[in-house]
Amino acid sequence: MGIEGIGARVTRKEDRRFVTGLGRYVDDMVLPGMKHAVFVRSPHAHAKIAGIRTDQARAMPGIIAVLTGPELKADGIGNLICGWMIHSKDGTPMRMGAWSPLAVDRVRYVGEAVAVVVAETRGQARDAAEKVEVDYEELPAVTDAVEALKPGAPQLHPEAEGNLIFDWELGDAKAVDEALASAAHVTRMRIVNNRLIPNAMEPRAALGHYDRAEDHFTLWTTSQNPHVARLVMSAFYNVAPENKLRVIAPDVGGGFGSKIYIYPEEIVCLWASKRTGVPVKWTADRTESFMCDAHGRDHVSEVALGFDADHRMVALKVDTIANLGAYMSLFSSCVPTYLYATLLSGQYVIPAIHCNVRTVYTNTAPVDAYRGAGRPEATYLIERTVETAARELGISPAKLRRRNFIREFPYQTPVILNYDTGDYEASLEAALKAADYAGFPARREEAKRRGKLRGIGMSCYIEACGLAPSQAVGSLGAGVGLWESAEVRVNMAGTIEVLTGSHSHGQGHETTFAQVVADRLGVPIEQVSIIHGDTDKVQMGMGTYGSRSGAVGLSAVVKALDKVEAKAKRIAAHLLEADESDITIENGEVKVAGTDRSLPWAQVALAAYTAHNLPTGMEPGLKESAFYDPANFTFPAGCHIAEVEVDPETGHTTVVQFVAADDFGNIINPMIVEGQVHGGVAQGIGQALLEGCRYDPASGQLITASYMDYTMPRAADLPSFAVATTNTPCPNNPLGIKGCGEAGAIGSPPAIINAITDAIGTNDLSMPATPQAVWEAIRRQGH
Amino acid sequence: MYQTTYHRASSVAEAVKLLADSGDGKFVAGGQTLIPTMKQRLAAPTDLIDLRHISELKGISFSGNEVRIGAGTTHAEVASNAALAGICPAICHLAGHIGDPHVRHMGTIGGSLANNDPAADYPAAVLALGATVHTSKRSIAADDFFAGLFTTALEEDEIITAVSFTAPEKAGYAKFPNPASRYALTGVFVAKRPDGVRVAVTGAGEDGVFRAEALEQALSTSFDPSALNGISLPYDGLLSDIHASAEYRAHLIVVMAKRAVEAANA
Repeated sequence: MGIEGIGARVTRKEDRRFVTGLGRYVDDMVLPGMKHAVFVRSPHAHAKIAGIRTDQARAMPGIIAVLTGPELKADGIGNLICGWMIHSKDGTPMRMGAWSPLAVDRVRYVGEAVAVVVAETRGQARDAAEKVEVDYEELPAVTDAVEALKPGAPQLHPEAEGNLIFDWELGDAKAVDEALASAAHVTRMRIVNNRLIPNAMEPRAALGHYDRAEDHFTLWTTSQNPHVARLVMSAFYNVAPENKLRVIAPDVGGGFGSKIYIYPEEIVCLWASKRTGVPVKWTADRTESFMCDAHGRDHVSEVALGFDADHRMVALKVDTIANLGAYMSLFSSCVPTYLYATLLSGQYVIPAIHCNVRTVYTNTAPVDAYRGAGRPEATYLIERTVETAARELGISPAKLRRRNFIREFPYQTPVILNYDTGDYEASLEAALKAADYAGFPARREEAKRRGKLRGIGMSCYIEACGLAPSQAVGSLGAGVGLWESAEVRVNMAGTIEVLTGSHSHGQGHETTFAQVVADRLGVPIEQVSIIHGDTDKVQMGMGTYGSRSGAVGLSAVVKALDKVEAKAKRIAAHLLEADESDITIENGEVKVAGTDRSLPWAQVALAAYTAHNLPTGMEPGLKESAFYDPANFTFPAGCHIAEVEVDPETGHTTVVQFVAADDFGNIINPMIVEGQVHGGVAQGIGQALLEGCRYDPASGQLITASYMDYTMPRAADLPSFAVATTNTPCPNNPLGIKGCGEAGAIGSPPAIINAITDAIGTNDLSMPATPQAVWEAIRRQGH
Repeated sequence: MYQTTYHRASSVAEAVKLLADSGDGKFVAGGQTLIPTMKQRLAAPTDLIDLRHISELKGISFSGNEVRIGAGTTHAEVASNAALAGICPAICHLAGHIGDPHVRHMGTIGGSLANNDPAADYPAAVLALGATVHTSKRSIAADDFFAGLFTTALEEDEIITAVSFTAPEKAGYAKFPNPASRYALTGVFVAKRPDGVRVAVTGAGEDGVFRAEALEQALSTSFDPSALNGISLPYDGLLSDIHASAEYRAHLIVVMAKRAVEAANA
């Protein structure tokens, strides 16, 4: 692997600028003449807008413009859309309610943008925003998806009667019902997956610039996928055609999914720049992040899992209600469907599975993909149900899982996916060993003597990553292809630039992508630069989400490297008067195998561009591009084991041990992979113990709108993690990579809750397992 | 933040005069509540009169068992004062667990008491210790000082100058922090004094800090956690919010009181 190649623990190239405060984020960008935008937002969860008066605001000092929805509509700016079509089981298309970037006649959640003020300073814009008078006529609101489906509930969109967006199903309902009817045992649960607020460290921001001379727009934005942003803003929002719109996503401080989508603010900043003739910048404050970033999860499900007399699973039936908030965000429809129901087979042979999903409008922020996106919901549901079943059946959780593991691959599940490879026994074994599972009873006894309730819980998860074959997602309703593109540009003196459509917002691509190039061409990673996040520089791209950068983005880089390597070898063979098949590249040298004849890499690069002596007919240059479209998803899987101690007097849970044994396929940089696991597990523990978005059911006000009320995980809430990997290479991409970005957040929540319920002796506990929730669960037991 | 005019006072008298001369001025000490509130535009004083540079508000002094803490003393200074730790370690422990290091190096005891946040730590100590709050106008017994949520006996232009108390025989503080904010979800300060035991509860009361008489009586009989076994407190008058119901808080008061006594006896 070499000290910098594939498999090496190379420290991150990008961290020097991050830790020295030299990162360049959207809010750091300053353009000549730039002004500042502040949005006027709805204080109501649901209201008609009877009128907006802006005179007073316009008269305030420093004001450039005060713009509203009707003006935006008059300029032909389109509504925000959801880009993944889902049909209900009766064949009707999903019912998408109109979402204007600035509300026109009605607001549907607290924080919805109603008007924008552009001023010389941010302070002046804020002052004037307070003077914009909006006449609201309040309407009754509903924030809970189950309530919103009931007759008589407040109605959000004329397009969606009964607040129902779609009623979708996957699987064979009849087979499932029959199997459950004759099952020896059926475990039934009601599973709630709590709503989360993403909280990336960097708030969203946008800087729009309209160049009158060129009739051209540039947008700096906090995006995980700038090319997709450009496409959507061109094709649907009529901001500008693609060739007249450049989107730049510079350093981005965390996304976790929340920066995939196109939001009203970036559209408005571009539009306002043309309207006002000045560059317009907006940066969210933290309250806006809480109110307006797309939230995650928020499912309520009824589950029935049937077993035969030998404890083999016979059928799984799931009925889910998913809250999508007030409007359909860009990929909201695929999260509770194709990223969720398709994963319900977990790691198990389940002959029959049926899942029904109803998605619902409520007077809350839009809900979309958040780290894991559908897969955490599926995993939490299965792994809590399996653990509960083991307790009901009186068999050990590991044994029940083992009895039902898929052991032959490829494996076709009854819910679309075809698992390519895996070894679930291996990760379970590795986790049991690392956790000293056998020693747990003694530790429980020791804790008991200290007055603490100790519990252990596991979770065997699977996820589908590397989103994914374009043809497959297209057939399921996706509005885009999910390939990735790369260009490898060898400069004249041999340094290398890799242009990738993947986007790094914390993942470390500048290091791992360079490692792959270094491994292949034998050049130091310092001579390899990774360029991403700019539609004018990078040819095309689909961005980073769904743990796809390694499996898809790097595969495109490898394809381009193949071409570069082949051409370099042809040039070298010509110069060294050797046969092309005898040329090897190592340690910066291009050599004739078995001889002492060689050329420095830089000399081959130079020869490609001087073109003084190239093989007959060869074009000059050493620069190649490639698109890569995978043949299948990748299927990372693993086993997480959590051990907790509960203080029965207060209900407070301490995570005393956490083991993650993951199968990510081949690994480029173990240090970065471990960092991804640590971060994911921290988020998962956050969901399990601490985080829970709460709206007031009567008023629709967001109660958890700051860190005073929304609990983020802190270092002190987390143990040191034990991370192990048991890798079966993915057979479907050149590097054998599976993806590691989301696993921690997917596998950990059920492990934590299974551990707590083991400690307190009841299965009746929901996330977040706050001290009060645990204390109440203990009291319900009559302890 | 709205525009405001900053003034630096060098004496208590000057601060009082600056306030009188201002439109709608406010005193600011460590600013750990007022400044964030202003940043959120929830407070808009025309003038800020900074009390941090008034030397007469600084320092901790002793006269035998009598302790006097200047109002401008930061939480970090209280937490790390060795002499104070020698005679009343509980208050050092309390100060050492307020907020985070930033808050502890900026926030002051006077600012905390004047603000009287219902989930702040210091009010519990001051009430349980039977301390005296000294101001620019008078001295106020702790029992008369706290007057409800964010409300005290202070007049608009009255400045806390110091807090004094007699070191108790024993004292302890136990806090169950709000998982999000780390303010006290329920905090209990117990102080054993020659004239009996005082127990003050913060974070739990609808009207802010209060004394738990039932616990005081039990502990006056026997200053041991076991004296509180079987006691359950009524939960009317207790706060109920997304983090804790009144019922849960009532339960936590007893648990935290036991732990405070345990700490005091340790």
